[in-house]
This record gives sequence, structure tokens and C-alpha cells, in this order.
Amino acid sequence: MMRSKHNGGLERPILETLGVGKVFGASRALDDVTLKVAPRGIHALLGENGAGKSTLVKCLAGFHRPTTGQITIGGREQVLRSPKDAHAAGVGMVYQHFTLAPNLSVLENLVLAAPDSHGKRAGRIDWAAERQRFAERIDDLPFDADLEATVASLSSGQKQKVEIIKQLCLGPRILILDEPTSVLTPDEADEVLGTLHQMTRDQDLAVILITHKMREVFAYADRVTVLRGGRVTGDDEIAALDADTLSDMMIGEVEIVRSPDRAPTATDRILLSVEELTADNDRGVRALDAVNLGVAAGEIVGVAGVSGNGQTELAQVLAGQRRAVAGRIRVHDESYGGTRAEIARHRLHCLPEEPLRNACVADMSVADNLAFRSFDGPGYSVGGVFTRRAPLARRAATLMERFNVKPREPRLPMASLSGGNVQRAALARELADDVDILVVTNPCFGLDVAAVAQIHAQLMDARNKGAAVLLISEDLDELLALADRLVVLFEGRVVHQCTREEADRRSIGQKMTGY
Amino acid sequence: MEHAADLGWWGVPLALLAGAIRSSTPFLFVSLGECLTEKSGRINLGLEGTLVMGAMTAYAISFVTGSPWLGVIGAAGVGLIMGAVHGFICGLPRVNHIAVGIALMILGVGLAFFLGKPLIQPSAAQLPGISLGAWSDSRAVQAALNVNALFVIGVILAFVMAWVFRSTRIGLAIRTVGDSRDAARAVGLDVKRIRLLTTAAGGALAGIGGSFLSLYYPGSWNEGLSSGQGLMAVALVIFARWDPIKCLYASLLFGGAGALGPALQSVGVSTGYYLFNAAPYLLTLMVMVASSSRDRALAGAPGDLSINASS
Repeated sequence: MMRSKHNGGLERPILETLGVGKVFGASRALDDVTLKVAPRGIHALLGENGAGKSTLVKCLAGFHRPTTGQITIGGREQVLRSPKDAHAAGVGMVYQHFTLAPNLSVLENLVLAAPDSHGKRAGRIDWAAERQRFAERIDDLPFDADLEATVASLSSGQKQKVEIIKQLCLGPRILILDEPTSVLTPDEADEVLGTLHQMTRDQDLAVILITHKMREVFAYADRVTVLRGGRVTGDDEIAALDADTLSDMMIGEVEIVRSPDRAPTATDRILLSVEELTADNDRGVRALDAVNLGVAAGEIVGVAGVSGNGQTELAQVLAGQRRAVAGRIRVHDESYGGTRAEIARHRLHCLPEEPLRNACVADMSVADNLAFRSFDGPGYSVGGVFTRRAPLARRAATLMERFNVKPREPRLPMASLSGGNVQRAALARELADDVDILVVTNPCFGLDVAAVAQIHAQLMDARNKGAAVLLISEDLDELLALADRLVVLFEGRVVHQCTREEADRRSIGQKMTGY
Repeated sequence: MEHAADLGWWGVPLALLAGAIRSSTPFLFVSLGECLTEKSGRINLGLEGTLVMGAMTAYAISFVTGSPWLGVIGAAGVGLIMGAVHGFICGLPRVNHIAVGIALMILGVGLAFFLGKPLIQPSAAQLPGISLGAWSDSRAVQAALNVNALFVIGVILAFVMAWVFRSTRIGLAIRTVGDSRDAARAVGLDVKRIRLLTTAAGGALAGIGGSFLSLYYPGSWNEGLSSGQGLMAVALVIFARWDPIKCLYASLLFGGAGALGPALQSVGVSTGYYLFNAAPYLLTLMVMVASSSRDRALAGAPGDLSINASS
């Protein structure tokens, strides 16, 4: 009995899609997707960014209407017009981007999501009774949450748990998690997925887990469906698969750029040093607290930490986008304030996170965006006043070629490029000329394997040529692969430092949560 | 002004209190309306136009029917329509709230001047006052404590609104929509509809604020009636950190500031009369400077209160 329940192939599925397709304008995001999910167990949806995983589950959660095909839940064909319809059918979804109101308390968020048994929509809320009701519900669940806390004050991991509690309070039969571990430390990820894994054993609950992490699939999934380019390229029990097979299904025939080898470099010349740097975040709360770090020529220093522990503010101060409250930044042994003249003189370049928002003008052309560092420089302007378009256009074309920015059309607005191409274009601008110091934040967030490999190769190349690279990343695997030294930020302080040889995944994961 | 002079310098705080109560009512209604709208994530800068239209409508209806209360209801209706227009237009894709608000402000003021031309001469029935100062022999005290019913309604409304935001599902829904439209959509709330309704209701409150101007204080219809009170109310909501009860206190403060000039004049200080009359505007500027910061976002601001995005 138990065995057949875990064996999705034999039992009648709780959720089934038949030939589902979705077209956005001219592009086909999903093409003839057929998926069968067993009533118990974890079903992984594996695929690269842009493979159509999110589109598929948004169809299941009532956010999108499929263009073709049908969805069957619990044996009945369903037309899901809105998330409300999906809730009614027993589908709950935890989104990749949190859908909690940040300035409300956890309790307020839960009350709104899960109305009481009276189902009153407009009436008075009895806060004491609601507090009692949700405290009892949470006691029954294997997750914990502080009901009185304001959502904005929670860590990403806690927010994730509140999202899951919110969905579980609605008593779903199918729980969809969209990349739940992208914001969690390894320990938190194990806790959340392990708990859900156990829940799918103890009760009628099917979990659809979207991920691109192979490790999680093998550790927790019962069955896996692989998507590539909107089509199903693989579907089987996890026991029947191995990592190479899955990787082939996911990536297909794509050439992966190999990173250049780590060249031995002399790392005795400190180019960038940060001394006792202290800064506040947008809400006036201390985000960086007396941070000290140095980066030498020819090394990559990785900054690890769970998102929201001061990484954003550190990058902003270095880029001149945020004032420091106290402390100093020294570049080439001179004090540094982030003005345009200083940036040009010291050749300190930055690639911030979400470059389309933080480092580009979305409505201006790719060529214009590529010219931001150099348009007033010699060769591109007449007397520093009039820009010379022709050399700038030639330069843009060369850079797009060199950094593989597609489509190779410099006049397109930046916003029309895909995420990976925006990232490459921004990196092209920062690495176009010789760079002494490079500050990079989450350079590979949301990119596919081929794009990640390309960007890693560029960073390693810059290091080998003698640049001092500060790599701020939430992806521990990326840091372990690239960095020569690692520092861990927790609540704005450097709590741990180690060299590449000493680095240990587990202990760094613990330092990231403050242990 | 003789009776005030009887009290000597004591007349100044008394006159300030009286002025605060008397001229805070329009601030109170407009700021409560703006507070409601902004809580749901929209900014309606058109409330100045709504205020003036409300004043004109209330005066006209009171003049024609002889009932000032009908005038108040009519002003609320006109405000509701103007708010709904703002709410509807901002619900269209890629529309800028601020631009729509400014357009509606200019439209409302212009339309009121055009339609109100024949109303400058005749005098309409006025809203009655409630005398709370009958216990005192001093005519100054009696005059100061002559409170209008709309002020009382506004005070009650501020507390009711605070209660609705805090303790009802509707209030929670409005706060959620204003804080994060993604969160609202994920729990099945209709963001556009809720924002349309709060903008319309906010407009109705601003219309009532306008009726007070023409039907009680200063109590006649003319084109200089509002002198920017509808715009100042926007600053006032920021000052009050989007809290209805603080809106009440802030309105009293702004009303009192407006009474500074006349109060000082009543005790014989007439130098700089016009300068003191500018006190509310100076206060607005000071509030904006004091509450702005280069490095941090405003505490208490609805998270999704955007000035350029639309939905």
C-alpha cells in the first residue's frame, strides 16, 4: 500500500496537465507539456532559467491561462481563471518573489490569506482569537514563526517559512514551491525540504518543487520532470536517473565555456582596502558595522552571506551610490570617494546586482549603455563636450562581439534584452578597458548554465590579468568555485574569514546564519 | 476684536485654539481622504480641485434648496465622482498618478470658477454651529468654542478610520493592497477595484471638506477660497505618517498656524500680518524638509505607494 502511494507511475495522479501550451506575444513559453503528479511525494520540475518551469506552475496556480491544453486536478478538468480558483481546487503556491506585505505583521498576512470558518470578508477582526487560531495551527505544523514580527524584519529563510505556513493553513492538496532554496542557507534548505518531504509521507500532500539544483533533486524528490525550451525533455522516477542523464536532459547540446585555470599571482599589493566601514540601509538601520577587508591585485575575494546582511549596501558604498556613516575606503593607497574622476583614475569598476535597474538606463540603446564609462573620454568626444557617435557605435559592436551579447543589434533598447544578455552587456562595459579593481554582485543570478560559465570565465580572466576582484554573491557554490579568499557577512559584520584551501561548505553555511 | 483685547495676551492662545478648530476642518477631511487613498497605494493630487468643486457645489445647492446639509451631500457626491475619475484613469495601463492628479486639480479649480461665477454675489444658507462655550461669560471664549458639526463628524471619522484600518478585514485588505500589490493579488484581492473605491471615497471626503469652506468658514463662495489647502493636506498626510488620528492632530496644527496672523492682530501686533498669514505654507515646507532624508525611506509609508508605476 505504502509503496504504491510513493510510486507515481502506478497511482491515479492528483494533478495532470495534457498538452499544455502557452504563448506570450511572439514567443512560445510552453509547448505541449504533459505532466502527471502523484497525490503524495515530492515531484521536482528541473530546468534552466527560461525553460518554462515558472510559466507552467503559474498556469497551475491560476496566474496564467494556458493557450492550449487542459489541466485536471483530482480527476476533474479545471479552468483556473485566478489564484482564487486554484485555491478552491486545492493548489497552493509559494512564489519565488515573496508575496507577503512587508510592512504588515506575520499575523496580519496570515489572517488575510486564510479567512476564518465564518468566511467573513468585511467584518471586524478579533485579533486575540485570530492569534490563538494561528498559534494553534502553527503548533500542528513542523514550521515555526513569530506572529507579531513585521515581515520586513524577517530573514529570507523566515519569510519563506511564513509563505509555506500561509499556504499550508489553506489545507492544500498540492503545494507548489518556486525555487524555494534560492534565498536559503544550505542548512535552512535542508530543514525546509526535509520537513516537507516528511509531510508528504504522513499526509495526502503533493509537493511540486521547482529547482535548478541537482543536489536537492537527488536528496528529496521522488519523481522528476525536466523542461527545456518549454518542452518536456525527461520524466522519470528519481531512482532511474543519474546526474549526467539529468544534466543532458536539462542543458542539451550546448557548448559550455571552460574557465581559464587559476594562474598563480603575487597577491601582496593591496589595491582596495575597506577600513571600519559603517553605513545605514534605506530605513536608517545600521547595515554595515565596522567592516574591514582588503583585496590584492590578482585575487578574487568572495563575500558570502544570506541576502540582506549588508552586501547590497557594501556594493553601493563602493560604487559611490551610498554615503558611509563612518570608515574609509582606500584605493591604490589613496582615499576614495566614488566620484567619476576617481573611478576613471583608479579604474575601479562595478557590476551591481540587477544591472538593468542599478547600472543601465533601460530605455536607452545597448550602444548608449555601453558608452557610459567612456563617452566623455578621449577619442569619443570633441573637447569633452560633443560626443562622436561613429567611434562609439564601432566600439559597441566590438564589445557585443567579444562578450557574446545577443541579438547583436546595438540600437535595441537595453530593456529588450534577456537577463543573461543584459548581464553580459553590463559586464562588457565594466571589463572593456583595463580594470584595476572590479566589484561584482550576484553576477549570475537567474542565468542559465552556459551564461554562468561565460561570466565565470570572464571574472577569472580579469583576476589572472592582475585585477583585484571583490565578488559579492549569495551563491555559495559560485564563491567556492571562484574565490581565493572568503569573508562571511552577517548582520553587517565580517564574522568569518578563510582562504580557498580552508573553506568548508558546512561551516561557512553556519557562519552565514550567525553561529 | 475688543472682546479679545479684554483678555490681553491670553487672547492669543485662545484665538489660536479657536482658529485651529475653525480652520482645521477642511484640512481634516482632505487629509483623511488622502490618507485613505494613499493607504491603498495611490496618490491623488487632484484633491485641491475636488475641494474647490465641493465648495462651489455645496454653496450652489444650499443657495437653491435652502438646505446646507443637502449642499454637503452634493459636495460629497461631486467629490466621489472626481475621485472615481482619478481612480479609473489611474487603473489604465501606463498612467502616471501624479500627472492625472495635477490635471484633475486644474480641471476642478477651473470648472468650479466657471460654474461658480453667478454665485459670488448671492448668499446661501450656512451650516449651524454648536455652542460649547455657553458656560463662560466671556464672549471671546464663547466665540472660540462655537464648533461646527462637520468638525465633530471629522473627529469621529478619524477614530473610525483608524479602527477600520486596524481591526477590520476591509482595512487589512486596503493596507495589504497599499503595501504590496503582489501580496494582494496572491491572496485574491482585486487591486484595481480596491484602489478605485478608496480613491472615490477619498474624493468624497475632500468634497465635504470643500463644503465647509463655503458654508461655514469663511462662509461664502469666491475664487480665493481654498488657497492651496487641498495640496497642503498631501504634505500633512506625510507629516501624520499615514495615521488617521495623527491626521487630526496635524490638521489642528495647520489650522492653528493659519490663525496666527489674525490672533496676533487682535492683540495689536499688526506688523508682519501677511508674513504670519503665510505660516501654514512655511509649516508645510518645514514638514517636507524635516521628513525628507537622503539616505532612508519614510517610516510608515505604504510599501507600494508609487509615484510613477501604475496599476
